[in-house]
Amino acid sequence: MSMQTARVEEKLFQNRYVVDQGKPHISIEPHRQPSKNLLAMTKLCPAGCYVENSAGQVEVAPDGCLECGTCRILCEPSGDIVWNYPRGGFGVLFKFG
Amino acid sequence: MIEEKFDAIVIGAGMAGNAAAYTMASRGLDVLQLERGEYPGSKNVQGAILYADMLEALIPNFREEAPLERHLIEQRFWMVTDRSHTGMHYRSDDFNEEKANRYTIIRSQFDRWFSREVQAKGAIVISETTVTELVSDAYGKVIGVRTDRRGGTIFADVVVIAEGVNGLLGSRAGLRPAPKPEHVALAVKEMHFLPRETIEARFNLHGDEGVVIEAAGTISKGMTGMGFIYTNKESVSVGMGCLVADFAETGETPYGLLETFKAHPSVAPLLEGSEVKEYAAHLIPEGGYNTIPQLFGDGWVVVGDAAQLNNAIHREGSNLAMTSGRLAGEAIFQVKSRRDPMTKQNLALYKKFLDASFVMKDLKKYKDMPKLLHTQSHNFFLTYPTLVAKAMDNFLRVDGAPKLDKEKASIRAFVKERTLRGLFGDALRLARAWR
Repeated sequence: MSMQTARVEEKLFQNRYVVDQGKPHISIEPHRQPSKNLLAMTKLCPAGCYVENSAGQVEVAPDGCLECGTCRILCEPSGDIVWNYPRGGFGVLFKFG
Repeated sequence: MIEEKFDAIVIGAGMAGNAAAYTMASRGLDVLQLERGEYPGSKNVQGAILYADMLEALIPNFREEAPLERHLIEQRFWMVTDRSHTGMHYRSDDFNEEKANRYTIIRSQFDRWFSREVQAKGAIVISETTVTELVSDAYGKVIGVRTDRRGGTIFADVVVIAEGVNGLLGSRAGLRPAPKPEHVALAVKEMHFLPRETIEARFNLHGDEGVVIEAAGTISKGMTGMGFIYTNKESVSVGMGCLVADFAETGETPYGLLETFKAHPSVAPLLEGSEVKEYAAHLIPEGGYNTIPQLFGDGWVVVGDAAQLNNAIHREGSNLAMTSGRLAGEAIFQVKSRRDPMTKQNLALYKKFLDASFVMKDLKKYKDMPKLLHTQSHNFFLTYPTLVAKAMDNFLRVDGAPKLDKEKASIRAFVKERTLRGLFGDALRLARAWR
């Protein structure tokens, strides 16, 4: 884990979430090699939800998602990901916003 | 879930949605408002500055009850390099007026209050409900919505789409394209808590006075972007935002950029010893006038961030949202009171109202700015701030070199970096886009 990923996890720790167990609101289409934009999400996602695994594929774990929509704007048009709003009441719940 | 048919369904309980629901409910329309958060405000993120004028148009006495933080008496613009900032500050006691013009607010608290006002006017507000789809009839007229709760379609004469910047429902229904990476900025923000007295001492404030700092320069590493610091009563909002397309190109991380901004020698002393209680991220529409989608159609209107109504130059968004929501509500009320159907032709009244307001006039004025700042980002965010800092250093440092030589050196540096032609070109382009 890089220093920066560690730092973002520390940030997310301050937030309040209700995780919709087993129903992630973002999923990545199966791929052998990630597209340029999908790979960029490993740096661009403000919650660090996107990581590159040892096989060079990109995985997403949206538990800490801040629901900004950056990945949808970058990766949905090419069909790299499927993006939905979380179910009502789930996801990040901002105390201050 | 709900059997009857509403006059209007409002999707989302942010500034635009609340303004629309408030306007329609207070004129006696049957309004259903759907919000996916735990309560209205729990999904909403902003800096945040409230512009009083636009709220006054809806709730004239809002100052008596709304949760406001500080009224702004000072604005600091900083052009920054890694080790310096050159500032232009405006502070005036005239901003200490009975009815102040701008306030800092905390969105989750403010929106919760705003929603209570909406409900007091008779709108039905249902939270923890995500709208999954706009429902149309065979002719393409929007006739209602489907949600993630059981119960099928909820019907209404008109749907006000106030779903926010992502515009997921609108683009899925084919009413508009999804925002493009070069037309939205990603901003990240932290809430830093400090004792009230500490904030007032560090920022030179008395009582509920507040200050805004906005910084642009090398902190965005050549990308189109800026950092901001807003004072609240007992907290300071600190954030940083850049265009998504720029982020993707440079490989910078948003949280890395925020950390760099916080560690800047001009910023760090302001935040020292603070306790961070939240980290948020949000997209901001930056494309301006040229990226505004179709705003109305058969059975629907779109308002606020969902309509990309944001003035990037003046960093105004929530007031455009509020005004567009109010004008949409007023247009719908007028169509309804004439007993006319909610057709595209009739709902064009909303666009007519919007065109006549500051919303479209301001966005039109700056229609060429987003493109200019984006294509020239290296010059405006790296080259010029560095040159200005060098010139300032040259001007102030006393080292025995004659002043004339110093002045010449400063001018030579500008010409060397941008050439005379480049300097005049930049000035001309900026002036044209500003006009």
